[in-house]
Amino acid sequence: MTKFQPLSTAINENLESGSFVAFEGFTHLIPYAAAHETIRSGVKDLTLARMTPDVIYDQMIGMGIVKKLIFSYAGNPGVGLLRRLRDAVENDWPKPLEIEEHSHAAMANSYEAGASNLPMAILRGYQGADLINVNPRIKTIECPFSGEYLAAVPALKPDVSIIHAQKADINGNVLVEGIIGVQKQAALAADKALVTVEEVVLDLGSHPNACVIPSWAISSISVVPGGAHPSYAQGYYERDNSTYLEWDKISSDRNAFSEWMQTNVLDQSPEIFAERVKHLRE
Amino acid sequence: MTYSPYEIMVVSAARFLKNDDVCFVGIGAPSAACNLAKLTSAPNITLIYESGTINTAPKVLPLSIGDGELCSTALTTVSGVEMFNYWLQGGRITVGFLGAAQLDRFGNINTTVIGNYNKPKVRLPGGGGAPEIASHSKQVYIIMKQSPRSFVSKIDFFTSYGFGKGGSERIDKGITTKGPQLLITDKAIWKPTPQSNELQVVALYPGVTREEMQDTVGWPIKYAKNLEEYVPPSKHELEVLRDLQERTKLAHGKKESN
Repeated sequence: MTKFQPLSTAINENLESGSFVAFEGFTHLIPYAAAHETIRSGVKDLTLARMTPDVIYDQMIGMGIVKKLIFSYAGNPGVGLLRRLRDAVENDWPKPLEIEEHSHAAMANSYEAGASNLPMAILRGYQGADLINVNPRIKTIECPFSGEYLAAVPALKPDVSIIHAQKADINGNVLVEGIIGVQKQAALAADKALVTVEEVVLDLGSHPNACVIPSWAISSISVVPGGAHPSYAQGYYERDNSTYLEWDKISSDRNAFSEWMQTNVLDQSPEIFAERVKHLRE
Repeated sequence: MTYSPYEIMVVSAARFLKNDDVCFVGIGAPSAACNLAKLTSAPNITLIYESGTINTAPKVLPLSIGDGELCSTALTTVSGVEMFNYWLQGGRITVGFLGAAQLDRFGNINTTVIGNYNKPKVRLPGGGGAPEIASHSKQVYIIMKQSPRSFVSKIDFFTSYGFGKGGSERIDKGITTKGPQLLITDKAIWKPTPQSNELQVVALYPGVTREEMQDTVGWPIKYAKNLEEYVPPSKHELEVLRDLQERTKLAHGKKESN
């Protein structure tokens, strides 16, 4: 059964140096507040997974707390490249970064396999593509029925998956709405699922087929209004596009990056997120 | 009416889209082209963005692949697993749009690295959905501006496979879809040559010279025997496109300045 905890407690109790963590979200509902709390917690040598590592992964990589990244598209959505990630891969700054790169289709299936308690996922993928030549964790397997060769990738089973959602009810059941990406699969693939939510309500008011994660499949819930800023929470606030554009400038310079992280992450607490979305509320 | 190289590229791409097409749309020029088609020649076209939004009809162009506008105007929004398995791998997409950092004459695409994979000169975002969009869409349309940096004789990494070294290589690999059937640029329209599958120019835009073409392409360009006559963008096409872009600017600008 889940428990409601302050975000700092949830992160400190569940993450440690060396943990394998997925902060999921596909442009929508990205767990920014949880990532910033992770940076403040002092953990390091993390292995991180995410289909679309964007600004939060750029920040964690730039802060030197990431050992390995498993991903399928590393860009600043709608803007361009991730400059801290580039600096790590191209120049080993602030430290070398090990990468394991897949396609979206493979990674989505890896989470699905993890949630399904299977050792691997199969797909008709990577045909003619070079990733299969540079990532030893992409293999081919012969279908025992048709003889067709298919791609196989190992299941993703993070120690901890972290997602942001619109709401939890008072019993700790969580509703995710809108673009749901692979949040449910990631949450269920992990040993522990941590959730941050915009609010707690008496009744989720959902319909029978909604994306609901029952309380007993979640380790911890933290209420952090605005916790997905500068991404958005459908029905709560809009995407802060200008912040993504600004990030391109901030992240292009090592010193500007370090100063920005000090002021806006290290010296802050989760409460700041409610302030940041005030002007974006619908 | 005068028009920019970007406008003629988007208008050209939109003209190829049909009402019965199911398009897997990317951000930028493909998104502009698909939405222009929906507002002009193909009102019943089906647009799908890889964030999971099916039959979406955004009123303004999205800035990211997962904007809320795509979800709130969609028929339904599905999970990432369902998107890639049922809809893409399931063979439901008729046209997949791709762009590239590097493209070669056989429609192979690189969006992963410039230089060596293990020690790249420039680390690019990577493939995302593209490796499987390239192999599972019934056909692929590539939209990109011509430049010597991107139209290269040899790409550094095969992110998404086109025709490999050409000829029957794609079929020999067991890929059953058609691959790149159109390359739409800011200067010309290209299609694969029968048999060799090398991309050749089939139409030049008004005023574009062969010298100018060769300056922007890193291999000796092949031209079709008889170039198709190209009809310049109409007043209507340009007005609808500009109107869409103006709405987009207003909508996104408003959010940013609030």
